[in-house]
Order: sequence, then C-alpha cells, then structure tokens
Amino acid sequence: MRYMITIHEHEEDFAARNNPDLAPAYWATWHAYFANEVAAADPNQTGAALQDPATATTIRGTTIQDGPFADSKEQLGGFFIVDVENLDVALKLAAKCPACEKGGVEVRPVLPVPS
Amino acid sequence: MRTSDPCRTIPVGRDAQTANRVADLAARRAYGRLLASLCQRTCDVAAAEDALADAFAIALHRWAEQGVPDSPEAWLLQVARRKLVDSVRRAETRKTYEPDAVRVIEALTMVQSPGQLADHRLALLFTCAHPAIDPSVRTPLMLQTVLGLEAARIASVFLVSTSAMAQRLVRAKTKIKAAGIPFVVPEPDVWPVRLDAVLSAIYAAYTAGWNWGGDGSADLADEAEWLARLVCEFLPETAEAHALVALILYCESRRPARTGAYVPLSDQDTDQWDQARIEEADTHLRTAARLGPPGRYQFEAAIQSVHADRQRTGQTNWSALLAIYDALCVEAPSLGAEIARAAVLLEARGPIEALKALDALPSEKVGSHAPYWATRAHALKRGNDMASAHEAFGNAIALTPESPARGYLEHQRDQCFS
Repeated sequence: MRYMITIHEHEEDFAARNNPDLAPAYWATWHAYFANEVAAADPNQTGAALQDPATATTIRGTTIQDGPFADSKEQLGGFFIVDVENLDVALKLAAKCPACEKGGVEVRPVLPVPS
Repeated sequence: MRTSDPCRTIPVGRDAQTANRVADLAARRAYGRLLASLCQRTCDVAAAEDALADAFAIALHRWAEQGVPDSPEAWLLQVARRKLVDSVRRAETRKTYEPDAVRVIEALTMVQSPGQLADHRLALLFTCAHPAIDPSVRTPLMLQTVLGLEAARIASVFLVSTSAMAQRLVRAKTKIKAAGIPFVVPEPDVWPVRLDAVLSAIYAAYTAGWNWGGDGSADLADEAEWLARLVCEFLPETAEAHALVALILYCESRRPARTGAYVPLSDQDTDQWDQARIEEADTHLRTAARLGPPGRYQFEAAIQSVHADRQRTGQTNWSALLAIYDALCVEAPSLGAEIARAAVLLEARGPIEALKALDALPSEKVGSHAPYWATRAHALKRGNDMASAHEAFGNAIALTPESPARGYLEHQRDQCFS
C-alpha cells in the first residue's frame, strides 16, 4: 500500500536549518534517515522538503493571504510517499523520522484515484 | 479419526430445531475463528461479517432440510468464503470502486482449506487493539468480531445508543481496511505496548457495566473472562495474560456474595465466595509470578488475592494490601488506584492518614469522581466529622447513577445526622 508521511516540524527545527551552529547536525540527521530508512524501505519513494512556513501563501475562497494554513508551533516541513506492505511497516518507518522528537508526523494511505 | 469432509452429514436430527441449535453452538464456539480466517488476508472485517452472516442464514435453512454437516465450522467457512469471493466479483463487474479486487480474490483462494482451520484469533485481537484504532472502540470491536456480539448488546453496556455504537464500529472497520492495518501477531519486541492494549481492552470489557455492584445482568464479565483465557491459551508464557485471568477470576469469585443489594467487600459473607474460582485464580497468579516481573495486572491480582485470603484466615491483611497499592501506584499510576490506596490507608492507619492522601490528589480531577467522594465520606465518618461526611456522601450520591450502590451510599449518608 502507498502511504504519505507528512512531516510536521517544530519551529525550532525550522530555525535550525538556518543556524550555522545547528544546521550541519540537522541535515546529517535527515540525510541518514532518508538513506538508511526511507530509501531502504522503498527505493522508488517520492517526496520533498519544503521551505520555511513564512514563505507560504494561502488561498481561501477568493482571498489570497500571506502565511501557512494554521498558525501553530508545528508546520508542514515536507513529505514522503512510500509503497510498503502495510500500516505497521509505514508506522515503524515514520516513528524514526527526526521530526518526531519535537514535532510529529502523520501517516495516511494514498487514495488510489478511480480511472 | 473422522475426516472433515464438509459435505458429509450427520444423519440425525433433520429438523429446524437441531439445525438452529447446532448453528447457534457453532456460532458461539467458532464465530471469532471463522471471522479471523476470512479477514486475515483481506483486512475487510465488514465484508467478512456479511459473508459469515449469509453463511449462517444458509446453514439454518440447509441443515434443517439435509442434516448437519460433519464439520459445521468447515462448512460455514467454505460457504462464507464463496460469498466473499462473489461479493468482490460483483463489486468488480459493477465497476464499484474496489482498488484491490484482484488482490482480494487471490488472497481468498489462499485461505486454508476446510479441515485445516488455522486459528487467527490472536491476530484479530491485536488488530482490534491496534494503536491506530481509537481506544474507546477497541473493546466493542473485539466483542463484535471475536465473540459475535450484536451492536445493540454492546451499546447497552457502554450506555450509548445502538446507532451510535454501530457507527463507531463501522468507522473502525473502515479504518482497518483503508489504512491497511495488518491482521498479524506483532513481533515480540513491540509486545509491551501492543499486548498491554489487548489486555486493557479485555479488562475494559470486564469493568464495563459493572457499575458498583449491579446485579451482573448488564455486564460482560463472562465475555471478558473468555477473552482473557483465550489470550492465555495463545500466549501461555506471558505473565500479564495469566495475571489478568487471575484478576478476573478473583473478582468473579465474589459474584455470588454481591447479588441483589450492594454489599461492600468488607461486609461480604466469605462462605458465599466461589472456592473453585479462587483456587484457579491462585494458580494463574503463581504462574504469572514465576513467568515475569510484576506488571499492573499482577499487582491488581495480588491485591484481590489478599482480599480472597479472608475466606481462609477470617481477616484482611491491610499492611500487605498497602504495600501492594504503593507498588501499583508507582508501576501504573491512576486516580482509581490512588483512591483505592487511600481506602486501604483508612483501615491500615486511620482516617487522618487517609484524608491526607485524598487531599494530595489533584482537585480538578477528583471533583466529579464518585469513588473519591465515597472514600472521603467514609474517612470523615470514621473520624467523627459527621457534617462533612454527610456532605461528601451527598456528592458521591449525586455522581452515582441509580443502582444498588447508590442505595448503599444513601443509607450510609442517613447514618450521618448533620
């Protein structure tokens, strides 16, 4: 089954990306997670990291607004889509995500669109 | 040895009554095993339930006419499996959206052939208590899938409407299928969490509807006892599974002494306690102690074994109870355990110590908790503060639904002339 793992990073993690003291460790952790866990679970995975929530633009109805959807300490920081055997495998993979420590992740099955 | 050819029939009792009785027996004995077999590879509980219901309906009709098959379970599985394959194919031809139709049909053909019924009920229990399932629906889901209980009966015990309960159950089954929750027994490395969820759900079935000494007609004690024994049978080397069986057996041993009016534990006639159940509980508790370090259920069972000892010794060892409660409150802290510990303190060291322990509990949590007020009232009464005791009993009564237990509290309050 295909699952989307959405990564909700804490504001401190977003800040770490641009902090010269913290950035090396931040990226090393993510590279290790990606190589050893995500790509190992599904070599054909897809995904992307997203820029800072402050760069987001929201549209509701016809109103265009600066900023992300909800104003909270955790914001969408990226996502993966993996094809794995079942929810237990997806949860095991998601639980190791570096974002879990301060933020969290959501695991949801991908809806196969009817042809 | 009898072969289990599902087409062979027992030539006796070709009448509707026998068919009914055999179908009913098969239903109760085999429901969970059949359902677990049917949904093990498809993850579709609702479709398996429908197919099984169809199979039971056909059985009632067919067995009345042609006699009961040699192996009713295998017969039911074969018919239910055919129904399930049919429904998947029908959905496919109607172009109903069914993403995994091919996979489902393949999986169904892999279901064990009749006569070699593997028992997947443990996997089913783990699925029902999966962390991705809302905790409040885990117990109802178990009762329905493993024991075949109807939503109406489950709803009445959990004090919600049948439609609300049915809706919750449907939502949970949809989640299992859509999210791909597997029907497997998890690896032992995650057991501490996963097995605890299974045992908690069974314990919740035991306590549901128990409501302070009701007459037992509305609770699920038998079902919970049965489920706990089932886990024990599957996992005989697991300490907490034995401890849970012991806990339930100790509590059930006192059922004969608490029918009708509410009789508190300390006033119960121990001659009415079920000796056989106590002995069986002792055996399970000893097994649990031998198998592993004590966990929550082992402490709770040990507490009940101290109470059960009164049948033998004529008195309660309050200091032993206090020591076990101290350990329980460290191992598995809960408001209920803290309040019960205060009640033991009242007996072991008197009202001042008990009230001190109750005062230390977070007031925002205990205010709407009937056992807190009842325990507090007893301690105040023992300390001769009758006006405060009267008020505390009043609070407890206001929080207790109409029941024999409430009658007991009212009687206690009336003894505190304020």
